Amino acid sequence: MEAAPEIAQQMVKRHALSTRIWHWLNAFVAMILLMSGLMIFNAHPQLYWGDFGSREDYAWLQIDDTRTTGFVRIGSTSVETTGVLGLSLDAKENVRRVAFPGWATIPTGYDLAAARRWHFAFAWIFALGLTAFMFMSLVNGHIRKDLHVRRAEWSPRALWTDIKNHARLRFGDDNDSSHYNIMQKFSYIGVIFLLFPLLILTGITMSPAMNAAWPWLLDIFGGRQSARSLHFVAAALLTLFVVVHLIMVLLSGPINGIWSMITGRHVTKSKPEIAGDLA
Amino acid sequence: MTDGRKLLRRRELLRSAALGSSALVLGGCDAMNENATFRSALRGAERLNQLTHRSLADRATLAPEFALSDISPLFKTNGSLTGTSTEYLAHLQTNFADWRLRIDGMVANPMDIGLDRLRAMPARTQITRHDCVEGWSAIAQWHGTPLRLLLQQAQLSPRAKYIVFHCADNYGARPYYESIDLIDAFHPQTILAWGMNGETLPVKYGAPVRLRVERQLGYKQAKYVMRIEATDDLSKFHGGKGGYWEDIGDYEWYAGI
Repeated sequence: MEAAPEIAQQMVKRHALSTRIWHWLNAFVAMILLMSGLMIFNAHPQLYWGDFGSREDYAWLQIDDTRTTGFVRIGSTSVETTGVLGLSLDAKENVRRVAFPGWATIPTGYDLAAARRWHFAFAWIFALGLTAFMFMSLVNGHIRKDLHVRRAEWSPRALWTDIKNHARLRFGDDNDSSHYNIMQKFSYIGVIFLLFPLLILTGITMSPAMNAAWPWLLDIFGGRQSARSLHFVAAALLTLFVVVHLIMVLLSGPINGIWSMITGRHVTKSKPEIAGDLA
Repeated sequence: MTDGRKLLRRRELLRSAALGSSALVLGGCDAMNENATFRSALRGAERLNQLTHRSLADRATLAPEFALSDISPLFKTNGSLTGTSTEYLAHLQTNFADWRLRIDGMVANPMDIGLDRLRAMPARTQITRHDCVEGWSAIAQWHGTPLRLLLQQAQLSPRAKYIVFHCADNYGARPYYESIDLIDAFHPQTILAWGMNGETLPVKYGAPVRLRVERQLGYKQAKYVMRIEATDDLSKFHGGKGGYWEDIGDYEWYAGI
């Protein structure tokens, strides 16, 4: 007898080894960079535009406390954030007057020198990893085959269909999940080719020695304090990407998704109609 | 009554779960942070950064200079706001009339040089950005004597590797000091500044002279400099790491980032 009319399953090769290694390395390194970066931010929790900026100048963003409450101020709008930002309790229930709480920073306690060591060491791994991944993706066709947005995908109808599918929590074609959908391509391209290089370059722009070596960086970003602001904004956008990315993984079949990012193989269902025909 | 309690208990549970999981990650990071081998591995990046910066820029490449209109309206004061040694306080009373900068160590011609002689030497004026390790920046115009000229007059020994700056301020219990290598010591923008924004250098900014080493962070810009000592070994000074914050807080000796 024939087997039960189950939907036939097929293993397809989805992620190259270089993509998988970089993905997990990056997930780890980016988390270290974010958390040590938040500790560095705690040393001066204000952001400015232009070349200079200190306690004496107007900050467009400030995370601070009034001794009894924590707040975040952006421009002239202030929001109370007691317990999380500005003023929070540590694991021993002691009040800490810091911008980002200990559970979000490396190290947990205030230690600017240590956070800088972590940040600058892991920044090298991050930058070299990104360069290696970009090179491999060019060589193995990952960019051309998977990330490249095709002409047909640029059509308003295709874009609208993809947006509607996302709204219905349907991500691309279930039967052909070996391809990225359009929104997915946009977000990956945005992160890999815009956000990551922006993070690295704005980071470098904060170095006085690099300002001497590459003064054009200051011209691109409009000064050291602007670069510091952009570095923070880019880190916030990256955090947003990670949150959405994790939600998408959960909604689109987490086990298959995570498994394929580990082993490279993805289980793809053949079309139900065809399975029906066979039965 | 139970709803509120339940909500509270649930919030507490969520809180401890969040704290617990982050404590696991952070506990690991904090433990590694205390590990000497790991710390020295991280420190390897400091050498790498210095080598990278030195290879990307010529030894005389200038830090960006700004226009008069770019100067910060209020330059944030930081660290000590006055020298604290009895010697310094006495000089402060007489407006540094008898003050002498001592230049010694590995030099053939040790010198004591007063403010008048210093001011009579060729000077450099530069409007530069001061970057604190904490993240803030301020711009000011600095006017002073290139360190290079003083080291040439003192006939620096070819065996010297570093220049140490001994300061008149105790920050906390310990005297402030800093050090730089010869590449930075002979850099055209490295000056002993005695003027700021067109005036005599004010006390809170380091009078009578402070160091400006423009390709590095604020903590290298030693104020209240009393003595300049050439050496080939930083380990014999104070905590041995070449500077006050390097000794006290484990900050990088090379502060180019």
